[in-house]
Order: sequence, then C-alpha cells, then structure tokens
Amino acid sequence: MAADASSLIDWSLLAFSAPGWGGVLLAGFVNSIQIAIGGYSLGLLLGVGGAFGKLYGGPITRDLLEIYTTLVRAVPELVLILLLYYAGTDGVNQVLALAGYPPIDISGLAAGIFVIGVVQGAYSTEVLRGAIKAVPSGQMEAARAYGMAPVQMLRRITLPAMLPYAIPGLANLWLIATKDTALLAVVGFSELTLVTRQAAGTTKHYMLFFVAAGVLYLLLTLVSNGLIALIERRARRGFPEVA
Amino acid sequence: MSSSNAPSPKADMPPEPGAPDARDHVAAIMPAAPESSALKALLVPHRIVLMLIFAGAILAMALLMRWDWLPGYLPRIGSGIVVTLIMLFASAGLGFLLAVPLGLVQVTGPWPLKRAAQAFCTLIRGTPLLLQLWLLYYGLGSIFAQYPEIRSSFLWPYLRQSWPYGLAALTISFAAYEGEVMRGAFAGIPAGELEAGRAYGMGRFTLFRRIWLPRAVHRALPTLAGETVLQLKSTPLVATITVIDVYAVISRVRQETFLTYEPLLLLAAIYCCLTGILVVAFRALENRIPTRGV
Repeated sequence: MAADASSLIDWSLLAFSAPGWGGVLLAGFVNSIQIAIGGYSLGLLLGVGGAFGKLYGGPITRDLLEIYTTLVRAVPELVLILLLYYAGTDGVNQVLALAGYPPIDISGLAAGIFVIGVVQGAYSTEVLRGAIKAVPSGQMEAARAYGMAPVQMLRRITLPAMLPYAIPGLANLWLIATKDTALLAVVGFSELTLVTRQAAGTTKHYMLFFVAAGVLYLLLTLVSNGLIALIERRARRGFPEVA
Repeated sequence: MSSSNAPSPKADMPPEPGAPDARDHVAAIMPAAPESSALKALLVPHRIVLMLIFAGAILAMALLMRWDWLPGYLPRIGSGIVVTLIMLFASAGLGFLLAVPLGLVQVTGPWPLKRAAQAFCTLIRGTPLLLQLWLLYYGLGSIFAQYPEIRSSFLWPYLRQSWPYGLAALTISFAAYEGEVMRGAFAGIPAGELEAGRAYGMGRFTLFRRIWLPRAVHRALPTLAGETVLQLKSTPLVATITVIDVYAVISRVRQETFLTYEPLLLLAAIYCCLTGILVVAFRALENRIPTRGV
C-alpha cells in the first residue's frame, strides 16, 4: 500500500524541463486561457450587437436573432463545436478558392476562438438584453432629451448604466467559457485537457496529471472569482446594499 | 349522436380526481387567448417569408445532401437516443437526491458539513466536466485495476465497463450545480411558513417533508428545468469514454460514411427536439402547481 502510494505520486513528472510534463501542461493552460479570452471577447461583441438588434432592430433582425440564440442554446456545445469547426474552416477555404487563393490551414487557435465566440455570443445576447431592459427608461429619455446621437448614448449612458445588471451574468459566462475550452480537446486542439490526457496516457500516471490539470482550472476559477468580486463592487458603487 | 361529439371526445371524459382544481387555476391564470394570438403572431408576412426560406433550406438539405445511409443506421440511432435519455434521467435523478442534502447542509448544517458541501460545490463547478469524466474513467479506473481485491469483487464486472464512470461524473456534476440552486431555494423560504409549521407542533422531519422541501422544489423548478437542459447538453461527453449514446452513434456514422455535415446536422436536430420536449414537459409540470397571483 505504502509503496503503491509513493509510486503513485512521482513529482518529477511535473518538472518543467523535458522528462517532466509541467512545461507542456502550462503551455496547454496558456492556450486554454487565450481561447477563453478571445472567445469571450468575440462573444461579448456578438452579444452587444445581438442585444441591440433584439431590442431595437427590425422584425426580421429580431426573428433571426431569436433563432440564433434558441438554436445555440438548444444544441450541445460539443456538437456545435464540431459543426462550426468543420463548417468554419470549410467555409473560409471555399471563399478563398472562389477568390483564387490556395486553401490555407486555419490555426486551431483561431478556429477555437471563433467557435467559443459564437456559442458565447448567444448566451451574452440574452444576458445583455436583460441588463439593458433593466436600465431605468428615464435615463435613456434624458440622454435623448440632451440630443445625444444613438452611438453617443450607447457609449455614455446605456453601456455604463447596464453594467451593474449585466456583471453577474457575464461573470458566469466567463467561467463557462474557461470550462468550455476543454471541449476543444475533442477536435484535437492542444489545450490543457488534451495535453493532460496525452501526458497521462504516455506516462500511465493518470491520477497525477488529471488532478494537476484540475488544480490549474480551479486556480483560474478562484482567481477569476476574486477579480469578479472586485469588478462587481466597483460597478455597483452607489447602489443600495443588497443582502 | 356520437358523430357530433366526435371532435372533442376528451371534453366528455371524467377528469381525474384532483385535476379539475389545478386546471381551473391554470385556466384562471392563463386564459386560452395566448395560443390563438401566438398563431396570429406567426402569420405576419415577414415570418411567413422567413418560414418559407427555412422550409426551402431544409428541403435543399434533404434533396441535395446524402441521406441514403440513414435507414440502415436508424435502429442504432434509436438505441443511442435511449442511452442518452437514460444517462440524462438517471444522473439528474441521482444528482437531485444528492443536491437536496448538499443544499440543506449549506443552509442549516453544522459548520464542518457546511464547509465540506461548499468545498465540494466549488471544486466541481470550478473544473470542466470533461476533465472530471476523464479523471474518473482513466484515473480512478486505472487505480481500481491495480487492486486484486477490487478485481475479484462482485463490482468488477460493472467497474470494467465505462458507463458507471460516465453516470458518476454526470451525477456529481449535476449534484454540485443543483446543490447551489437548492441552497438558494431552501434559504429563500419565508421564515413565517416554517414558524407556522412549528406552531402546529410539526417535528423537524415532518416540517421538512411537508413544508420546506415542497416549497423549495417549487421555487427551484424553473432553474431545475434549465439545469436539466444543460445536463442533456453535457451527456454527449460520455461518448469520449466509449459509452454508445446518440453522439457516439453519429460519430460512428461519420467515420463509416466519410460524411461531415449530414450526420452532425441530424444530431443537432435530434438534440433540438429533445431540448424542446424537456422544456415543454417542465412547463407543464410548473403549470400543474397552482400559484396565486402573478
């Protein structure tokens, strides 16, 4: 038993240099964070556009956006990632072929960011739509009464005023984005979960590596939680305290 | 005689005991108007055009893409859907049973239990499900295999297969997410209702069974519906540890037919239908519970 336990934990396997896999894991972790940040930002952009389209757009825009958010939220992320991964890379190459360029190999990073972004966009559309609707209409009317143009109003009033309502939902989405990056392991992008499985499969020390990766993910979540609490406190300053 | 009654045979059937009350409540809250107005809202010109475009797109998909593989795979797809549904309902049911104590302990439990439940929820919610699944299947599975005691025990025929690990990972994940929801639901029950129960001389267990739990479940029901849909969307992950659910069947189709889009589109449609059924079922469940006001 004791011998088993000590052979189970071979810390040198986590060393940074070649025989150890620590460096590989960290590189995968950096990839995961990059995709999460990129996908989340793209999702936010799509979400802002989608929310405004749903609130102020014409009937066709609204219906199309409704279909987008419903479909993305009804189909598993894993299936969406496969569909968008193949459709996205295929689509780009067909456009290139039409324009007379040779097909290019789209980097896993770009494809991953695109996929996570499209998925996140549907969810953040809903979050931001709710937040914008929660802004007291008097504030928007005041802005209009001051003669602000729509874009100016968006920048000066709507976006800052809706932030306190949107932050809990957006924070949740960020945590989901960091965990959704793990799904890219299925399409073979070498983010943390996939390199962990490779390391574990090569060395046969499954427990050690999966627990190590779990600690990394958990660290990311906990650090994010701390930052989110700070941001939320700043965004909610001046609001009455809610228990 | 009977032909005049034929169009609505159900209206004449005797309702089940207890049902008319609930139906009256629902009818009082939501008159039949929304359905006809929903139909009217669908018949706006731009929606008709959109629907025609989508019908055209689906027709083009049906005609221009290759679907000749479909009949041969239908039985396997059907059994895959059954496996997916079993995974969903078994893990949601077991997970909910775990979530009730997890939530309760965080509201009233002694602090060591409270801390333990909080740590469990944070740990599971802070790491990806795929990682947990692989940790259980590859990690725990390889450790189990090292011990002859386990290999010779009656559990080994099960532990050698992959579905117990998939079910365990899904259950743990559902319990952690739903435990947080139940914590909020338990904490949100007005103290007066519990005090009223105590004033009637109910014991702690009776109070919990008659008032606290039903009220908390009622409050948590909309969130529970959302969590169950999320759980459905998590089930395809078990295909990565060789459980043959509908996702795994479709992956197999893709490998054997060298098609990329057709099987995936079919899979997306299947999940859309399952999600829709779940949402409608939960809405019906919510409507069965009479609520005042709103």
